[in-house]
Amino acid sequence: MSSLRNTISTVAIAAFAAVAHADVGGDAERGENLFRQCSGCHQVGAGAEDRVGPHLNGIFDSPAGDSEGYRYSNGMERAAAGGLIWTYETLDAYIKDPRSLVSQTRMSFGGFDDQQDRDDVLAFLRRFSDNPQDIPESAPTAVAVDHEIAPEILAIVGDPAYGEYLSGECTACHQTSGAANGIPSITHWPSEDFVIAMHAYKDGVRQHPVMQMMAGRLSNEEIAALAAYFKDIE
Amino acid sequence: MKLNRRAFIGTAAAAAGTFAAPLLVRADGHAKPRVVIVGGGAGGATAARYIAKDSNGEIDVTLIEPTRTYYTCFFSNLYLGGFRTMDSLGHSYGTLAAEYGINVVHDWATGVDRDAKTVTTAGGYTIPYDRLILSPGIDFVDGAVAGWDVSSQNAMPHAYKAGSQTELLRAQIEAMPQGGTYAMVAPPNPFRCPPGPYERISMVAHMLKENNPTAKILIADPKEKFSKQGLFEDGWSTHYAGMIERVGPDFGGDNVEVDPNAMTLSIDGEVTNVDVCNVIPAMKAGKIAEIAGITEGNWAPVNAADLSSKMDENIHILGDACAQGDMPKSGFSANSQAKVCANAVRGALTGSTVFPARFANTCWSLIDTNDGVKVGASYEATDEKIAKVDGFISEVGESADVRQATFEESVGWYDGITADMFG
Ligand SMILES: Cc1cc2nc3c(=O)[nH]c(=O)nc-3n(C[C@H](O)[C@H](O)[C@H](O)COP(=O)(O)OP(=O)(O)OC[C@H]3O[C@@H](n4cnc5c(N)ncnc54)[C@H](O)[C@@H]3O)c2cc1C
Repeated sequence: MSSLRNTISTVAIAAFAAVAHADVGGDAERGENLFRQCSGCHQVGAGAEDRVGPHLNGIFDSPAGDSEGYRYSNGMERAAAGGLIWTYETLDAYIKDPRSLVSQTRMSFGGFDDQQDRDDVLAFLRRFSDNPQDIPESAPTAVAVDHEIAPEILAIVGDPAYGEYLSGECTACHQTSGAANGIPSITHWPSEDFVIAMHAYKDGVRQHPVMQMMAGRLSNEEIAALAAYFKDIE
Repeated sequence: MKLNRRAFIGTAAAAAGTFAAPLLVRADGHAKPRVVIVGGGAGGATAARYIAKDSNGEIDVTLIEPTRTYYTCFFSNLYLGGFRTMDSLGHSYGTLAAEYGINVVHDWATGVDRDAKTVTTAGGYTIPYDRLILSPGIDFVDGAVAGWDVSSQNAMPHAYKAGSQTELLRAQIEAMPQGGTYAMVAPPNPFRCPPGPYERISMVAHMLKENNPTAKILIADPKEKFSKQGLFEDGWSTHYAGMIERVGPDFGGDNVEVDPNAMTLSIDGEVTNVDVCNVIPAMKAGKIAEIAGITEGNWAPVNAADLSSKMDENIHILGDACAQGDMPKSGFSANSQAKVCANAVRGALTGSTVFPARFANTCWSLIDTNDGVKVGASYEATDEKIAKVDGFISEVGESADVRQATFEESVGWYDGITADMFG
């Protein structure tokens, strides 16, 4: 009995809450700040492109899996085929707990637990959807480049066959399918992002003991080889 | 491509002069080089999958493994703590057979004829190889714990090979009387999974704290120090204060005797009645390594660059069974060694490029809910051994967020390594 009542009241609250958020909206300035947690992978704004994740211009009210040319995970393809549309509510659910909305998504993000945080991020993102004329002239928000590396290093063309051998060191933890659960996906990353991220670990700018150790003994060529392999991995 | 030496000689004799190499190969029915792998665990399954995957059908891969479902030892402590189900630890060989074309033979290897280059099985088969890879894990040293042998493993489980033993141990812990005693006889070095016994203590303590908070845990330990000791002891005093007592060698922890009928544990002559006694005896390489005659003492010495036996260049030994140098005996290590070995074996048999060996290991342990820690290192092959290059370890006093992230990472690792083993 009591559990039924609980269920009903939870549903009622949820429905109320959804209406309330759509009405109230969040603080886009604060959301811009919070978006830094996303911008390692997602660009939004003028000239935004697909990177590790798809760009987010016009995301509101667009069908899932809609950025042309981006290689979505099987999970996202399935959700798209199932008719998922990015509304305020679905985006809210997705950034709260990505894998519970789209199982097997490659998006390696634990989620924003706090409703206010989600409202604020969505308020920020909405600027680039509802009113495209508001898209600022400034460069896209990406700070995927959290580390400066020499252009010669970025220019190295990696050998994917060598990368495949070296990848054995990665696949003890990272799944080639792109499934991400506690350990992020590294499948289909743009080479540049891959190379920069690895050098950021190698140079000790990004903090993670396992990754610092693994990247620490990879040469520039080896990093390029891995990037070349993971970019096009089947 | 390399011919199987035995096939070549045998058939040549029969053909008596009408010598034509291509015919000979076909006559024997084995145009392809053959790799036989004994043991479908962390080392063996990984090696089988990588050789099959990377050789694109150029190598015949046979995997001999008696069990149809492999239960991982890794995360079996989490099952004891109630964080995982046994089902979630089970993996079948279906994908290796169906998608990678590996010939999976569910049987025990019982003999190795190194001259004939064949493996015989309990089921009566004789399977020829060009290269043999042994990854049989561990067996226990006879007489290592006075009063215990494998026939007492029901009364006093080791639960150091996952599956029914682990389920038995958990059932015994659940059946303990309130305020009862769980005892562990910890193993001497070297042994499978150095943090394993201490993660187990943490998980048993977690389970008891919830269901039997006045229960006691007693550890008899022959080692002065153990892996991640500072982290475990700090965690135990935070989460399980007053519950755990460890007796090291300075107080006779290396002088134990058990009586599985009376359910007693004697430490340095002092006898304690216990309700559960988890005996983890000293270990050695899985028996087939000894049968193959490639062990020295308890383990099988290998060359670091390709994990080949120091006694037979056509046999490679992976994982817990080999003596390789600095790597701990872990699933992560076995998986890492398997990939180096697979690359070298494929190169030797098909002429594919052999890249330099590189190894790594990370071992995560769970101390309590969302309190994960880790230790890891990278390694290289020297002439003498697999040698440690660099390493790291979690720190005492890390924030709850870091510890939770470490735990979540371990869950991701579990999914990653099992996908890397079984496809
Ligand atoms: C409680 C516990 C916790 C652990 N936690 C971790 C952890 O968190 N991380 C980690 O990396 N490692 C962990 N380990 C260690 C890890 O399980 C082992 O190091 C790893 O399984 C070793 O791989 P292996 O291939 O050498 O042997 P195994 O994985 O044991 O595989 C050996 C296989 O060979 C088969 N076999 C044996 N003899 C024969 C024969 N004659 N013929 C045919 N088949 C045979 C067996 O059936 C078995 O399937 C843990 C171990 C334990 C006990």
